[in-house]
Amino acid sequence: MIKISLSVNGTERSGDVEPRTLLVDFLRTQLGLTGTHVGCDTSQCGACTIHLNGKPVKSCTMLAVQADGQNVKTIEGVAVGDEMHPMQAAFKECHGLQCGFCTPGMVMSALGIIERHKGDHLNEAMVRHELEGNLCRCTGYQGIVNAILMGAKNMGVKVI
Amino acid sequence: MHSFAYHRPKTIAEATSKRAADPDASYLAGGMTLIPTLKQRLANPTQVLDLSAITELKGVSVANGIVSVGAMTCHADVALSADVRKALPALADLAGAIGDPQVRNRGTIGGSLANSDPSADYPAAVVGLGATIHTNTRQISGDDFFKGLFETALEPGELIVKVTLPIAKRAAYMKFANPASGYAVVGVMVADTAQGVRVAVTGAGACAFRQADMEAALAKSFTVAAIKEIVISADDLNADMHATAEYRAHLVGVMARRAVAAMA
Repeated sequence: MIKISLSVNGTERSGDVEPRTLLVDFLRTQLGLTGTHVGCDTSQCGACTIHLNGKPVKSCTMLAVQADGQNVKTIEGVAVGDEMHPMQAAFKECHGLQCGFCTPGMVMSALGIIERHKGDHLNEAMVRHELEGNLCRCTGYQGIVNAILMGAKNMGVKVI
Repeated sequence: MHSFAYHRPKTIAEATSKRAADPDASYLAGGMTLIPTLKQRLANPTQVLDLSAITELKGVSVANGIVSVGAMTCHADVALSADVRKALPALADLAGAIGDPQVRNRGTIGGSLANSDPSADYPAAVVGLGATIHTNTRQISGDDFFKGLFETALEPGELIVKVTLPIAKRAAYMKFANPASGYAVVGVMVADTAQGVRVAVTGAGACAFRQADMEAALAKSFTVAAIKEIVISADDLNADMHATAEYRAHLVGVMARRAVAAMA
């Protein structure tokens, strides 16, 4: 066992992990943060997307020990108190989900898209292209794309 | 996953000496191939040596006609580097088309090259631009680096430190990406360099290779018409559920012509 300490959603957390423990399993089973989902477990679907030091990564394709000393943000850290983040609110408003399983990963990827294009602009084709790391098996992409464009607009990104 | 020990060395010397002491230890770069391999129990290292804390392996610089990329630089950092975009846009385009955004935030150039996946993109850049691979012990020409399917010139334990890529006069990379994985079914880098025209193909064969007949034709006339009649042989090309060898041979021509057309 290796002791790891990391910042998760702004709080210092620590735990003992085996070197082979995946980050997503540490988050879900040891920290109880079950918002991060395991869809495919083969790095394809993006349901496990979290932010590592501000950048979207697939937490099923990282060891928990690799996150030692790093900054992790999960879907649980996106809202402020009871108030939904503008991107979450846009997903609700546009019904950017069907079964909801892929939604946490979609929101985390959407926030990555916003981060890469803030001060710039976004359009539908760019959103579709940059969502290539996330799969929705309900195929509800239209609502998801609409939600990201609305969220972007509400976060001050120029949508054209 | 089988169990293994984990270390995060701080220096190249610490990493290579740990590896020298244990031939069954495995370096871990971005982990985009190794971790899925471990999950499937296709590899069983005694220890994993995570290279992420070795700062001298990271970063991009452009100087004296050379783009230098540290082995542990992730694809996103190459794709989004303003310096790379200005000096060698084909390299930024190539890096920006690997996998998906999450993969680009973890996967590294050193890991990709050491793995020598036949469908990886970076080998086309290394061979097509006439790059040099710098390891902890020597420099290896890009032309001599790839030896076969998942096989390179690296000795056991040898560690890629950085890759230097000469800035081409003009270059373009075109790939026919697998729509599910993003891997290159076929990718072609065409570069007009100080050392002549280079055409490198990835995805089609066991490892990246140069297409000499196209290079000769483009050296005479750098036009789409110059390579239009060249027929690529399907002999020894890859065939799998995604594409037959004949289809890959066809795609080599299509991607090469698209790359030349993009520079017109």
